[in-house]
Amino acid sequence: MTALHTQPAADVPAATTSTLDLAGVSRWYGNVVAVNDVTMRLGPGVTGLLGPNGAGKTTLLHMMAGFLAPSRGAVTLDGEPTWRNPGVYRRLGLVSEREAVHTFLSAYEFVLASAKLHRLPDPEAAARRAIDLVEMQDAQGRRIGTYSKGMRQRTRVAAALVHDPQVLLLDEPFNGMDPRQRLHMMALLHRLGDAGRTILFSSHILEEVEQVSGTVQVMVAGRLAASGDYRTIRRLMTNRPHVFTVRSTDDRALAVALMAEPSVGGVELGRTGLTVKAGDYGAFTRALPRIALRHGIRVRQLLPEDESLESVFSYLVEA
Amino acid sequence: MSTVTWITARGLFGRSRFLMLLPLPLILIGLAVLCRSLGVDPGQWGPPVLVGLGLAVVLPVVALIVGTGVLGAEIDDGTVVHILTKPLPRWQIVLPKLAVAAAVSAVTAGIPLYVAGVLADSVRLGLALVAASAAGALAYSALFLALSLVTRRPVLLGLVYVLIWEGLLGRFVNGTKVLSIQQWVIALADRMAPTSLLGTTVSVPVAAVLTALVAVGFTVLAIDRLRSFSVAGETS
Repeated sequence: MTALHTQPAADVPAATTSTLDLAGVSRWYGNVVAVNDVTMRLGPGVTGLLGPNGAGKTTLLHMMAGFLAPSRGAVTLDGEPTWRNPGVYRRLGLVSEREAVHTFLSAYEFVLASAKLHRLPDPEAAARRAIDLVEMQDAQGRRIGTYSKGMRQRTRVAAALVHDPQVLLLDEPFNGMDPRQRLHMMALLHRLGDAGRTILFSSHILEEVEQVSGTVQVMVAGRLAASGDYRTIRRLMTNRPHVFTVRSTDDRALAVALMAEPSVGGVELGRTGLTVKAGDYGAFTRALPRIALRHGIRVRQLLPEDESLESVFSYLVEA
Repeated sequence: MSTVTWITARGLFGRSRFLMLLPLPLILIGLAVLCRSLGVDPGQWGPPVLVGLGLAVVLPVVALIVGTGVLGAEIDDGTVVHILTKPLPRWQIVLPKLAVAAAVSAVTAGIPLYVAGVLADSVRLGLALVAASAAGALAYSALFLALSLVTRRPVLLGLVYVLIWEGLLGRFVNGTKVLSIQQWVIALADRMAPTSLLGTTVSVPVAAVLTALVAVGFTVLAIDRLRSFSVAGETS
């Protein structure tokens, strides 16, 4: 993940920060509840909005962006409601999932039009800066209709960034991008987050979220299932044993010794090492070096196996 | 020119849908030229061509295509979100779009109506038709622009109004004429250039007041609906 931080944040000026608040927000369509009593606060940094298809991510994003009225609860940006309040768009940018662009314009014309609609003092300079940020300089004069899906997506991001918003909401921003473009977009989101912007992006692809953000908001069936750093979330799931892979100079002897440790629920001896199930993350990781030392065994590798976002996510969805 | 006006105009002329505007005015001019060159009595061809084709079909259909296109097409393809995510009061989006729609409809319907009016009677009738149809274009555009914000099928509903209400009911049920933009245009044109070729039961003050009311009322409705514009959530 550190590789993503190679470029300096110099092209993204520091900004005053904004906070997006959702207080008891629900949204229903007839009898169908799309979003159910969600409360969250988004501050500076990059947050991933994660959930399976149909979990209510897009509905939630639309409410945050002022494109849908909450059936109950309130969505506010720095205390101001986002619904029926176009003034919030001075501080908020949105990249919606739908691939909708004015195909008859060039990227430059499109981004410049956005800058002018924002009444920016120097729209041409703002448009050029936004196009530079997404690296679309080479194709900026061509009609958008001739672009690939990834290029259109970058153009849309440039248009959403042209007024340098404090809050940027992106719905499935990596769709249609090739791996290089994805890396570039991830790096850009990181730089924006590091510069104090509040960035929220939704995705149903775990690897994307894992690479861009440690902080996640997990939606499952319209509810906010978990919120925070996913590694911390995992450690709070005390009803699920933590799985570790341990390799040592004497796996069999270590297995025997570990079985006497109260925090260990089970040990499996495999060809590549031990798979240890521990009930208490902290107690086990403190006990292991002590046990190894006592038995004269050297631990070569200790890997938490289910601390990936994928396992955290599957535990949440199954729950 | 405001950026909204520029994008709206580019969007309108950049779509193939715009080509649909051309045949009707050409047919209207063609028929008028044909009748005049064949020496047919204007009393015979004037009413069917000026009213039956020009004011009952060309003006409302052109206004329908343009009026539902300036905002409806952007709602359909989702590009409206780009304009709506700007800190603009919604009237600054609706009014430029209405101006483009009304101007394009007025010019597209006004030119053939002028030509037909001159050939049928006089320059005065031609100019009266241009002025009255411009007022009608504004009322129709406001109505169809608002329709594109209150329903997902603005073209269908617009056609029902033009063909069923104005076209069919207006012919057989006299009372419906009071709520017919087409009849208001006829009343206004007839007032500016009195002629036997145009005739309606609607009085001029009623026509003028209702034209203004429709134009203003539906514009206000469109602005209010755009303030509460919702993007449907994905329910997949």
